Amino acid sequence: MYKYIIKRIFYAVIILFFVMLIIYTIMRCLPTSYIESIAHSKSMQPNSKSFEEWMEQLTATYNMDKGIIAGYFVWLGQFFSLNFGDSWFFTVPVIDKFRDTIWLSFAMGAAAMFLELIIAIPLGIIAATKQYSRTDYTISIIALAGISLPTFFLASLLKLIFSVKLGWFDLFGLTGRNFAQLSAWGQFLDKAHHLVLPILTITIISIGSLMRYTRTNMLEVLNADYIRTARAKGVSERKVVYRHAFRNTLIPLVTIVGGSLPGLFSGALITETLYSIPGIGYTSYQAMVSGDIPFSMFYLTFISIMTLLGTLISDILYAVVDPRVRLS
Amino acid sequence: MKDNRNQPFNQQYELKNAPPSAELENTPDGGEEYSLNDDRRVKVLSPGAMVAKRFFRNRIAVLGLVILSFMFLFSFVGGLIMPYAEDQLFYRTEYQNKEYAGVVKNDELRFETADGQSFDSAAQAYTVLALQQNKDSFEFLGVEYKIVTEGEDLYRITDAAGTTLGIAFKDVVASSVEGQNISFDLRLSALKASANGDASFTVDGVSYELDENGVLTSGGDEIAFISRYVVNPIMSDVFLSRDFKEQLIVSLEEGHDAFKFTDADGTESEYKINYRADVKTWSVMKATETRTYDTYASPNRKHWLGTDRNGMDMLTRLMYGGRVSLLIGFIVELIASVLGMIMGGVAGYFGKWVDNLIMRIVDIFYCIPSLPIIIILGAAMDALSVPPKLRMIYLMLILGFLGWPSMARLIRGQILSLREQEFMVATEAGGINVSRRIFKHLVPNVIPQMIVSVSMGIGSTIITEATLSFLGLGVKFPFASWGNIINDVNNTYVLTNFWFIWIPAGLLILLTVLAFNLIGDGLRDAFDPKMKR
Repeated sequence: MYKYIIKRIFYAVIILFFVMLIIYTIMRCLPTSYIESIAHSKSMQPNSKSFEEWMEQLTATYNMDKGIIAGYFVWLGQFFSLNFGDSWFFTVPVIDKFRDTIWLSFAMGAAAMFLELIIAIPLGIIAATKQYSRTDYTISIIALAGISLPTFFLASLLKLIFSVKLGWFDLFGLTGRNFAQLSAWGQFLDKAHHLVLPILTITIISIGSLMRYTRTNMLEVLNADYIRTARAKGVSERKVVYRHAFRNTLIPLVTIVGGSLPGLFSGALITETLYSIPGIGYTSYQAMVSGDIPFSMFYLTFISIMTLLGTLISDILYAVVDPRVRLS
Repeated sequence: MKDNRNQPFNQQYELKNAPPSAELENTPDGGEEYSLNDDRRVKVLSPGAMVAKRFFRNRIAVLGLVILSFMFLFSFVGGLIMPYAEDQLFYRTEYQNKEYAGVVKNDELRFETADGQSFDSAAQAYTVLALQQNKDSFEFLGVEYKIVTEGEDLYRITDAAGTTLGIAFKDVVASSVEGQNISFDLRLSALKASANGDASFTVDGVSYELDENGVLTSGGDEIAFISRYVVNPIMSDVFLSRDFKEQLIVSLEEGHDAFKFTDADGTESEYKINYRADVKTWSVMKATETRTYDTYASPNRKHWLGTDRNGMDMLTRLMYGGRVSLLIGFIVELIASVLGMIMGGVAGYFGKWVDNLIMRIVDIFYCIPSLPIIIILGAAMDALSVPPKLRMIYLMLILGFLGWPSMARLIRGQILSLREQEFMVATEAGGINVSRRIFKHLVPNVIPQMIVSVSMGIGSTIITEATLSFLGLGVKFPFASWGNIINDVNNTYVLTNFWFIWIPAGLLILLTVLAFNLIGDGLRDAFDPKMKR
C-alpha cells in the first residue's frame, strides 16, 4: 500500500516536472513581440521605467537570455523557493494576490459541491431504481440539459430572471453599495447574498455529470449477483437499495468526490468572471487577458498541481475504500 | 458486455417473435409450415442494421437526431436560402428636425447709409425719435437733418443741402442671387417703387420691373425680393431661395405651423414653423433624413429575429454562426480522434515501454489546464492582431491538439482488452499479417466507442468554442459564431432589453449540445445492448 502511494507520488512529481516545462515553453514561445509589446505598453504608463529597462527586466525575470532548458531550471528553482515574482497587472507580489482570492473561490466551490452532492446523489439513485420510468427519463434529461448548458447562457438567464426581473440580487460584484457601513455580520451576509447566483450557476452546470455517474454506478451495482442474492433471500426492496446497493455505489462516488476536492481551489474561472466575483478564477482571468505572465504562470502551475493531487487522491482512495482492489 | 463486442462481425440472429397467432405469417404462400429449426424462420440482420434498429427504438435518441438534423439544415441550408449575406448591414432612416431658418417680422426701422456718406448710429437713433414725434427734421450735434417721406415706412434722410445721407425702411430687399450685392441706389429705388406701387423703374440706365408680390426683376432675371419679413438661414452655407421664402411667408401669414416645399433639385421636405414669443422670431425646422445602422431592431417582418448591434440580420447571423460552431466542433474532434486513435492504438497494440511512454504523455496532457492556456493564447493573438480567419484555424488546431489524450486513453483501454480476446488469438493463429489484424479486426471494434465519444466530444467542443467566443477570445468579427453572437449580453442594457439578441443563440447552443449528448447516449446503448439492462 505505502509502496503504491510512494510510486504514485513519484509519478506525479515527474508529470509535474514535464507539465511545468510545457507551461514554461508555451510562455517562452509566445512570439517575442508579445513581450516587447507588453514592455512597450508598460513603459508608456506614466512614471514608468523606459522601454529598455522593462525589456531588460522581463528578459531577466523570464531568463530569456538563457536557453529554454536552462531558463526552465532557474524558474523551477525560483518557484520552489516560493519566489513567484510580482504580478504586472495587480502590481503586488503574486503570492499576496493569491492569498487574498483563494479562500473566496474555495468557499464558493465548497458550497456548490455540497449542494451538488445532496441533490445529485439522491436523484441519481432514484433514477436508477426506477429505470425507464417517467421519473428516470425526466432526471436523465435534466442531467443532460445541465451538462449541455453553456455557463454564460445560464448565468445570463439567471441574471435576467433574478436580478433584472425580480430584483433579488445584484448583477455583478461581491459587495453591495453600502457594504462599508455594515456590521461584520452584515458584511458576511451581504457577501453571501452576492454569492447565491454564482453558486447556483456552478451547481446547475456540474450537477448533471454527478447525477449520471451515480445512476450508472447504481445500475451496475443493482445488477450484481449479490443484489440478486439479497432479493432472493427476501430482503425488502428498501433494504436492498439503501443498504446493499447504496454502500457499494458509494465506492466510486467517494473516489470521484475525493478526487475533485483539490479542484475546489482552482476556482470557477468562467462563472467568477461572469459575476465579477474576485476569486482566484476571475483574478487570473484578468491577469491572463492582460498578459500578466508572472501571475498566469503561477496560476497554471497551481492548477496543474491541483489536478495531479486530485488524480492522486482518487487513485489512493479507490485502493483504500474498495476492499476488492488488491494492489501488488 | 464484452462478449458482444467480441463478435460483431458474426452475423447476429434475431428470432422473430412468433406467438401462435403470428404463426401464419411465417408460412410461405403454399400454406406449408416451416419446421421449428428451419433457417427461414429466422430473420437475419447485419450488425449495422441491429444497431440502427436499437437506436431508432430509443425515442430520446431519435429526438436528438431530429434536433441535430434541424440544426444542420438551419445552418448549412438556411444560409443559402436567406436573402441576406453574413455581414450585410442594414440601415434605417430617421427623421430629425433640425433648425433650418429663422424668420423675423421687421417692425423696426432699418437704416442704410448712402455710398460715401456718413450717417452713424447716433444719428439713426435721432431719426427714430424724430419720426415718433412726427417731425420732418432734427438737429444733432449742430448738424441739421431732414427726413423725406418716400412712402409708407420708407424715409430718406438728407442733410440741409438735400444730399441723401441714408434711408430708413422696414421692408427688406433680399437678394435672390447668391453672393450678389444690392447697391444703395437700387435698394432705394426698389423700396420707393414698392411703397408707391410702381411696376417699373430705372436705376443707372438699367430698367427693373417689380411685381405685386415684391419680386424685383431686370430683363426677366430675378434680382431681389422685397418683404417685411427677414429670413435668415441658421447654417451659413445654406442659401434660401426666393420661392422658399415666399412660401414660408405665405404659410406664416396664414398661420400654418408646417408646410412642404420642393426645392430646385426636386426633393420635397417638410418644414415646421414655431413661433418663439420671447424673441419674436419664427424658427423653421427642417425634417432631415438621416441614414443610420439599423441596430437592435426588434423582430419584424423583414428581420424575423431583429438585428444585432452592427445592424446585421440576427437570423442570418445565427445560421452562419451555426456553420462555424458545428464546423469547429467537427474539425476539432476529427483532429483529436485521429491523433488519439494513432497514439492510443500504438500504445495499446505494442504495450510494454511504448504504452508506458505514451500513457505518461497522456497523463501530462491531462494535467495541462487547457482553458487557461487557450485564454492566454487568445489574448496573445489579440495582442498580435492575428487576422480573424487565421485565428479560427489556430483555435481549431489548439483545441484539437489539447483534446486527443482522452481519446487515446479510451482507445488504448479498448485495444488492451480486445488484444487478449480469443478472436485476436484466432487471427494470429490464422497467420493474418499485422496491419490487417490491426485495421480489419481491431480498429472496427473500437469504432463504436469512438463514435460515442466523438459525438459527446463535439458537444463539449461547441461549448468550449462558444465560451471562448463569448469572452472575445475565440471566433472574431466579421465571422459569426453562436458564442460571439451572445457576447453582446455583457452589455447590461442588452441583457435587460433585447432578449432576441442572446436568447435564440443560447437556445441553439443548448439544443445542439443536448442533441449530440442524446445521440451519443443512444448510440452507446445501441452499440452495447447489455449496457441497457
